[in-house]
Amino acid sequence: MKFTWFNLMPWPFLPDDFRQTHRSVWVDIPNTLYDPRRGHFVYHQYMDQLEYADALGFDGIGVNEHHQNGYGLMPSPNLIAAGLARRTSRAAIAVIGNSIALYNPPIRVAEEFAMLDVISGGRLLAGFPVGTSMDTNYCYGQIPALTRDKYAEAHELIMRAWTEDEVFAFDGKYNQLRYVNCWPKPIQKPHPPIYIPGGGSIETWDFCLDHDYNYSYLSFGGYLRGRALLQGYWDRVAARQKDESPYRAAFAQIIAVADTDAEAEKLYAEHILYFFNRCLHVYPGFADAPGYRTIKTIQSGALSQLTEDMQKVFTKLTWKDLIEGGYVIAGSAETVRQRMEEMIRGLHVGHVFCLFHNGNMPDEKTRHSTRLFAERVMPHLRELWPEWKGDDRWWCKPMEERLRPEASLGGGARS
Amino acid sequence: MNFRWIETARGAKVRVLEGGKGAPVLFLHGAGGLLAENPFLDRLAQRYHVLSPELPGYGESSGETLLEDMLDFALHGWDVVEALGLERPHVVGHSMGGMIAAEMACLAPRDLRKLVLAAPMGLWIPDAPLPDLFALLPHEVAQVLFHDPARGTALLTGGLDFRNLEALKDFYIGNVKRLGMAGKILFPIPNRRLAKRLYRLRAETLLVVGRSDRLVPAAYVQRWQELVPRAQLAWVDAAGHMLPYEEPEAFVGAVSRFLG
Repeated sequence: MKFTWFNLMPWPFLPDDFRQTHRSVWVDIPNTLYDPRRGHFVYHQYMDQLEYADALGFDGIGVNEHHQNGYGLMPSPNLIAAGLARRTSRAAIAVIGNSIALYNPPIRVAEEFAMLDVISGGRLLAGFPVGTSMDTNYCYGQIPALTRDKYAEAHELIMRAWTEDEVFAFDGKYNQLRYVNCWPKPIQKPHPPIYIPGGGSIETWDFCLDHDYNYSYLSFGGYLRGRALLQGYWDRVAARQKDESPYRAAFAQIIAVADTDAEAEKLYAEHILYFFNRCLHVYPGFADAPGYRTIKTIQSGALSQLTEDMQKVFTKLTWKDLIEGGYVIAGSAETVRQRMEEMIRGLHVGHVFCLFHNGNMPDEKTRHSTRLFAERVMPHLRELWPEWKGDDRWWCKPMEERLRPEASLGGGARS
Repeated sequence: MNFRWIETARGAKVRVLEGGKGAPVLFLHGAGGLLAENPFLDRLAQRYHVLSPELPGYGESSGETLLEDMLDFALHGWDVVEALGLERPHVVGHSMGGMIAAEMACLAPRDLRKLVLAAPMGLWIPDAPLPDLFALLPHEVAQVLFHDPARGTALLTGGLDFRNLEALKDFYIGNVKRLGMAGKILFPIPNRRLAKRLYRLRAETLLVVGRSDRLVPAAYVQRWQELVPRAQLAWVDAAGHMLPYEEPEAFVGAVSRFLG
């Protein structure tokens, strides 16, 4: 099993009545709610936490891209990843990812990811999301019905830029480049492992299987809801006669560990409820621009995450609902271990993106929960897939002889 | 009126609502497409040979992937004229159809007789941004589009029973297909630089607009008049953006007086 410590980087100072007084946490959230002076401390705290996770032995540390979003302060995850690449040397740097249809030209992604791979000594996991409709269409103005076509072209361009050794001309529909020549190129050959975050588009499953990329199901609906969707993916894997390595899939899960179940509620409930009640308050008119999803996906009925009904569900959730509904795995180390095992086996996943910092959770609580998981839970979950031991097709392959920057920074100062 | 099928030279399969005798009138529908009932077309067909093609993705027409940008849409309009065998038709466009009609008229100014732009899209005034058609919730649509939203809701849904989940799903999918296509020329801002081409218009032009249009308000009418100074203007009372549907008699009256 591989565990990646993920921080969405929410703004922790949304007002108590945010849901009542604002229509959306995303796209048109007033930017006067953001205070750059407080933001200075927020960024450093979140980056420190990611470095702390590396020190505790998490396999990866992860960041992602959102725009105009009160729960995701990383319009450029590559900037955060660059900082992490300098201050860590063990964990994989999981950038899940860059919305490649939004970069103009997308050769920029090939270049920046190559830089990150080189700086980190070959530790990059490269994510290529289509991007949510909120980010891609409403914030970045991409035409919904052409988004997937533009994505496909960007993917082709980036992969060719990484793998071809000759300068080439690229005459695309959205990008015309006379001289494509990726400088620098990534350390990992032929390219870093590719992760495709998806929310249930069936085209995405086939895309992953066509190229043997990891499929990452990122939702906040938890593992009980994720099961039906991932079963669809595994059915597709079987139909395509691919092997069933659990490392083909990743799942994001909110986790909180304390000494007892009761203590977990006492310590973490208010912060996780802040996440569900304020951070997931997205105006339904921004959830799904017409044309963004294919008719095939809509007809399959697989989408449910950000529909109006789901919004209503989020407004009424209590801690008990969050636990029983599997949105959150929280409790004592033993409780969390049992439920994690149930989740990992139930979903058949080899990678978990672990969300320990949620909503407005203070630093000390985040670290407490993270440390308990690293010490008392993670070691017991390592060998759940003995038959796939050593399957590192979707993991980074760093250089042995690489710089260990934390030695010169004084590793102890970070904990 | 009856449906007729044509295939354009580019390969789009287009369903055309056709009726009446007289001078040919090509009617181009808006982003929502033709509705279940289109009484203004029936009325227009009492005097003219009316041909109303549905864009790919609308109704039964197909070939969505053939049209990607404004030039594709405008050329498709002329491809349809060609496939129908029309000579210099009058062109009437409503809303997005007005935008396409104006583009067609700028591309081939001598190939049409008269031009009617009914509540046309296609311009953008930074100080007067239009409502975002693509972020409206279902219950808000009629409020933006109609003078009388309650009547508008009934017109839009054509009396469908939304307690029937299958009917609801079909309506939703139809809506996604229509607005997905419309987004290619209207998203995120319905401006594909038509304004810099309008100097090419030669056809006599009528602007016809509902007095309570909340989607394309009065400031836009003024801008159209600045850009097409020879255009005549007709207002329709007690009508919003969907004026052909809300006030078919007044709408067709204004159009007929202009076309002669």
